[in-house]
Amino acid sequence: MTGSLAGALAGNLTHAAAVTTLPAVGVQRLAWLLLAFPTAGSVILLLGGKRTNAWGHLVGCAMSLAAFGYGVIAFAAMLGYPAGQRSREVQVYTWIPAIGRFHANIGLLLDPLSICFVLLITGVGSLIHIYSIGYMSHDPERRRFFGYLNLFITAMLLLVLADNYVALYAGWEGVGLASYLLIGFWQFKPAAAVAAKKAFVANRVGDAGLSLGIMLMFATFGSVSFAGVFSAAHQASATTITAIGLLLLLGACGKSAQLPLQSWLLDAMEGPTPVSALIHAATMVTAGVYLIVRSAPIFNLSANARLAVAIVGAATLLFGAIIGCAKDDIKKALAGSTMSQIGYMMLAAGLGPAGYALAIAHLLSHGFFKAGLFLGAGSVKHAMNDDVDMRRFGGLATAMKITFVTFTFGYLAIIGVPPFSGFFTKDPIIEAAFDQGGTSGAILGTAALIGAGITGFYMTRVLLLTFTGKRRWEDDRHPHEVSTVMTSPMVILAIGSLCAGGFLMIANRLIGFMRPVVGTPPPSHGFFAPLSWLTLALVLAGAGIAWVMYSRREVPVTAPRGSFVTVAARKDLYGDALNESLLMRPGQWLTRLAVYFDNRGIDGIVNTIAATMGGSSGRVRRVQTGFVRSYALSMLVGALLLVGALLLVQL
Amino acid sequence: MISPANYVALAAILFVIGGVGVLVRRNALVVFMCVELMLNAVNLAFVAFARLHGDLTGQVIAFFVMVVAAAEVVVGLAILTSIFRARRSASVDDANLLKY
Repeated sequence: MTGSLAGALAGNLTHAAAVTTLPAVGVQRLAWLLLAFPTAGSVILLLGGKRTNAWGHLVGCAMSLAAFGYGVIAFAAMLGYPAGQRSREVQVYTWIPAIGRFHANIGLLLDPLSICFVLLITGVGSLIHIYSIGYMSHDPERRRFFGYLNLFITAMLLLVLADNYVALYAGWEGVGLASYLLIGFWQFKPAAAVAAKKAFVANRVGDAGLSLGIMLMFATFGSVSFAGVFSAAHQASATTITAIGLLLLLGACGKSAQLPLQSWLLDAMEGPTPVSALIHAATMVTAGVYLIVRSAPIFNLSANARLAVAIVGAATLLFGAIIGCAKDDIKKALAGSTMSQIGYMMLAAGLGPAGYALAIAHLLSHGFFKAGLFLGAGSVKHAMNDDVDMRRFGGLATAMKITFVTFTFGYLAIIGVPPFSGFFTKDPIIEAAFDQGGTSGAILGTAALIGAGITGFYMTRVLLLTFTGKRRWEDDRHPHEVSTVMTSPMVILAIGSLCAGGFLMIANRLIGFMRPVVGTPPPSHGFFAPLSWLTLALVLAGAGIAWVMYSRREVPVTAPRGSFVTVAARKDLYGDALNESLLMRPGQWLTRLAVYFDNRGIDGIVNTIAATMGGSSGRVRRVQTGFVRSYALSMLVGALLLVGALLLVQL
Repeated sequence: MISPANYVALAAILFVIGGVGVLVRRNALVVFMCVELMLNAVNLAFVAFARLHGDLTGQVIAFFVMVVAAAEVVVGLAILTSIFRARRSASVDDANLLKY
């Protein structure tokens, strides 16, 4: 008795960061409303049929806004609690009743980490809903589109609110489904259908990793709830913890489009632009970062798993940035930038307690500026008759003033110019990477630093090609500013791009808020340390090079052949080629081999046996001649043989 | 008193004659008579052994065989008649439809 008590105490000491979760009281007990609103929206829109065509989009927006409204109320209630008591849970119902040791509840966990995501998902998500009213106004299937958007929000909220890994997994799969439906929304385009399938398949690989991770957790700890797993994590062997960490990382790579499962993200641009904004800013790709940060108690115990996360993040941030440099499709250039920015978040998450809060901070500010950039790109596309080739844009700044200004805000935020968001949230990540020390710290930090410079280059390229210089568009284009319902979300997001980073990071607001969940990071060096100046110089150098290349010189309408690197980057650095040669072709060979083996081997054996039986019986039945006397003879012979045999036995 | 062996030998001879007749004759009526000959050969053997052993069982069996043979002949002749009506032939080799 005393021994177990001492053990429990020791467990508490080593895991002081693990807070106790209290039952929710007051307004937070209604947390299920967060899921109920968008679920109701999608049910009404998807089952309501054509009757809801006229007002369906308004219902979709209203449900999303209602969820946001409740999120704000729950957030305000949370701020009223002392820091140590902000983790509250609501048990909604027993989902899987106990089967042996296994059971799973639909329980919602409201804590500082999940509320950040709730506000981001519903807030930015609602703005994208509103924007979509304008963007999809000419689409006959607009109602279905809003139904899917609501479904996406529901799944993502379930993912971040779940208090156990099984419910999280349900949301995780829901996000995969919703992204499939939305990327392939224009199914009549073969490219969209293929892109949707690709996203789904690539995600399945990651999902397999996550599900194996969950199974391993259950096998090790006998529990799948966050509380159960995290409180027992320190008792498991180091190998098991690392294995769980790596499997979770594989899951995160799938959803967050990190190497080596990055290939779906660029193709996913086939979906309508608001979907790209939703996937890249508020939902989907942030899920991987959430998973890593939520599983902090596991990653805290395994330096190797953390290092793997950081390496994946650093590699992806360079990979995405290089791809972003070469794409002439404005949406694909932005997709490359998303991959790169999520890489920063993964890098931060891989730094352990020093970086968890930074990852979330960058995720939140990224939500604003990337949504703003995508909505800007969407309105450019809308104005240019669905053309996305930046080489045929140019000089749009005068035609689309609001879009230009909001896009510029997003641009300044993503490259990290003070006082915009990115400066406050990206620089600390670079700094924290260097602070990790050792060879790994230096390499990771340098990668992040170079990535910042490249970001400066490619984002300046996008801005200059699209909005400045000579008008390169064809004569039948009449670019115009889009309607107010589309510009107002862009303006709000631009304001967010300007303020969010500073608001979150100055005075360590977010870090302090997140401390109960993810632990305490070491003190930062302040925002204008020498490293910040170096980063800024690199960013400006990148921007300068872009200015020389795309503003001083003439931009050809057809892309020049370009160097070896450019050609590689245009082809997504051969990511697809690699998948094709390593996985797809061998897979096809394998299936062909299996089909051949099935036809000739398995079926061959069965068919041969059947044919032999048929053939031999066909011959044997010739004995039945129909001549009575021959039957009589055979009976006689048989009788004689019988008698002979009896005589033999007798004698 | 004639030795029982003679009865048994006679029965065997009659049985063989009947059997050969079944095998070699084509006329169904003759085949029938040969079958009857074989049955009666067996009856003779039964009765001879019954007498030898002083046991009535063999004689009872012989009556049974006669009854069954009578019934069989009735059915067989009916079939034979109808085949003859249909085919104008009593040859057992002509009635060969039931085959492979």
